[in-house]
Amino acid sequence: MKRGYYGPFGGRYVPETLMAALEELERAYESLSRDGAFQEELSCLLERFGGRPTPLYFAERLTEHLGGAKIYLKREDLNHTGAHKINNALGQALVARRLGKRRVIAETGAGQHGVATATAAARFGLECTVFMGEEDMGRQAMNVERMKLLGAEVVPVTSGTGTLKDATNEAIRHWVATVEGTHYIIGSVVGPHPYPMMVRDFQRVIGDETRRQVVADEGRLPDLILACVGGGSNAMGMFHPFREDPVDLVGVEAAGRGIATGHHAATLGAGRVGVLHGSRSYLLQDDDGQVIEAYSLSAGLDYPGVGPEHSFLKEAGRAEYVSVTDGEAVEAFRLLCRLEGIIPALESAHALAEAMKRAPRLGGKILVVCLSGRGDKDMDSIKSYLGKGENQS
Amino acid sequence: MSRLTRAFSGRKALVTYVTAGDPDLKTTAERVLCLDASGADVIELGLPFSDPQADGPVIQAAGQRALRGGTTLAKVLDLASSLRGKIKAPLVLMGYCNPLFTYGEERFADAAAASGLSGVIVPDLPYDEGESLYGALERRGVDAVLMAAPNAATGRLAEVGRRSRGFLYCVSLLGVTGTGKALHGDLEAYMARVRAVTTLPLALGFGIDSPEKARLCASLADGVVVGSALVGLVETCGDDRPRLLEETGRLVRSLREGLDGI
Repeated sequence: MKRGYYGPFGGRYVPETLMAALEELERAYESLSRDGAFQEELSCLLERFGGRPTPLYFAERLTEHLGGAKIYLKREDLNHTGAHKINNALGQALVARRLGKRRVIAETGAGQHGVATATAAARFGLECTVFMGEEDMGRQAMNVERMKLLGAEVVPVTSGTGTLKDATNEAIRHWVATVEGTHYIIGSVVGPHPYPMMVRDFQRVIGDETRRQVVADEGRLPDLILACVGGGSNAMGMFHPFREDPVDLVGVEAAGRGIATGHHAATLGAGRVGVLHGSRSYLLQDDDGQVIEAYSLSAGLDYPGVGPEHSFLKEAGRAEYVSVTDGEAVEAFRLLCRLEGIIPALESAHALAEAMKRAPRLGGKILVVCLSGRGDKDMDSIKSYLGKGENQS
Repeated sequence: MSRLTRAFSGRKALVTYVTAGDPDLKTTAERVLCLDASGADVIELGLPFSDPQADGPVIQAAGQRALRGGTTLAKVLDLASSLRGKIKAPLVLMGYCNPLFTYGEERFADAAAASGLSGVIVPDLPYDEGESLYGALERRGVDAVLMAAPNAATGRLAEVGRRSRGFLYCVSLLGVTGTGKALHGDLEAYMARVRAVTTLPLALGFGIDSPEKARLCASLADGVVVGSALVGLVETCGDDRPRLLEETGRLVRSLREGLDGI
C-alpha cells in the first residue's frame, strides 16, 4: 500500500507550505511510536491523569430489557474531560513537546476535542488556540467557558457555515501561517497523513483494553462491536485491535432527520469519494464537487467527511456502516439514562440505538458498545429537541 | 517553449487572478478583457470552492459569492472558451482538487485543452498526489504549474522545480492569500535557492497588493502574482460594474508601471 494510504484512501492533499511540517511530524512520530520511554510516559499519563483504564461495564438492566445479546459498554465517558478525546490530545501534546513546539492549535465542533486539547495544553504549559464555529460556540457555550478557564484562546470562525468543517479549514489556514512554532492537534482520524494513523494509534487503547477486559469477563472475544462515526476516532480506536479477529464491526453514522431529507451526516452511507481536509475519503458533496454541510442533532457527528481508514474498511467489507436518526438516538439516550443511570453523549447514543435494534435478535451473543462520552454537554440539545416535539423522526 | 513560459520573456510578468463568477460570469469576462488590455501577462481564473484551504478571507468571500451565483467548473471552462482569441495573455485555471476530481481527471484535461487553457494550478495537490492529473494535463500540452514554499527543504524544491511546467509559483510567505502579512524574511535567499534548482521563470505570489511590493518582489523574481487586491475590488465597488472595471484597469496599470520601473 502507498505510504499514508489505506487502499485508495488517505494521502496528503495540502498546500505546499504544509508539506515540510507533515514530513517532520511523520518522521518524529515514526521514531516516537518505537520509543519505549515515550510510550511509557504516555501510558503513565493516561493512567494517572486521564483515569485509564476505563471500565468495561456489563449493562445488566439494558440486557434484560432487550432480551437478547449481552451488552457491554466501554466507559470512555469516565475519562478525564468526559470523552475519549483526551487519549489523543495527551498523545499529541507529548508529540508537540518532543517536536519542541510551544504552542498547539485545534479545531472543535461540540467542544469536546477543544476542551481535551486545552486540558492537555494546560497540563504541559503549552499555549493553546482553539478554532470553533460561531454557531457551535452558541450551541456549546459551556465548553467555550471550560476552554477559557483552562487558559485557551477560543477563536470564533465565521467563514463558510460557521461549523466544524469551517473551524477545521480555519485551523489549517492558521497552521499554514504559524507552522514553524505550532503543532496542530487534529481531533479525529482525518486530515493529511500521518494524522489518521497517529490519531488511530492514540485511540487504540480503547480497543486494546476492551479486548483484555472482555476476555477476562467472558473468556472469549465479543461477537459484535458498535461505535459511532463522525470523523471516526473512537470507532477506529475500538475497531483496530480487532481487525484480524472474527468479530463484526459496525460503525454508526448520524442519519439526522433521515437520509432522504438531505439533513444528515451519513458520509459513508450517502456520500461519494472526494478530497476534504487533506485526505481522500468518502465525503458529502454536490454534483460539482462542492462540500455539503452535514446535519446531526449531535454536534460531534455533524461533519461532512470521515477518516480514510473507515472508507477503506467499508470498501474492503471489513466493517459495516449504518445510520441512526436523531429521534432514534434520543430514544436510546433516554433509555440508558433510566435503565442504567448513565447519561451518554448524544454521539454515543447513536451506537447504542443500533445496538438496541440488533440485540433482541442476538441471544447468546456478546455485544460491546463504545460509550465514547458523557452527555452532560447535551442537556440543552435534548431539552430543545424534546420541547419541539421532533421525536417522531 | 510553452506559451506560459513565453509570457515571462521581455519584461517582468504580471500574473493576475480573479475569481470566476464573482460577482457573475459576464462581469468576469469583462474583467479579463480589461486585465489583458491594462497590462497583465498571465490571467488566472479562480474556480470557486467551498473549502479553500490556502485562501484568506477576501478570496473565500469571493468564492462564496460565485458559488451562490451558480458558478461551476463547466461554466468556467465555457468562459475560458469564449475568451479564446480575444486576449493576448494566456489563461490559467486555478482551483482546488475536489471539483476537478469530481469532473473526472481525463475529462477535465480534455476540456482544459479544448477551452484553450494554457495552464492549471491546483494549490492542494502537491506533486506527490498529483501524478495522474498532472500527467493527463501534460499529455494534452496544458502546463501544470506547481507551487514552491519558502520552508521547503532543498531536495523538495528541486523536485518541485523539475516537475513544474510553464513557470514556478513561489509562495512568498508562510500563510494564506491576501492577509497583509509581511513577506518571508529572507526572500532573496529563498529565491536564490529556487534559482539554483530550476531554469523555469519564477513568479512570486501571496500578499502582493501594491506597486511597491510588486516592484520589490519582481526585482528578485521574473514576475509577480496579484490576486486578493483585485478580487477585493468586487467588495469595494459593490454593484457598480463600470466602476469595478475602471478600478481593475487602474490597479493593473499601476502595478504594470511599478514593474516596468525596475
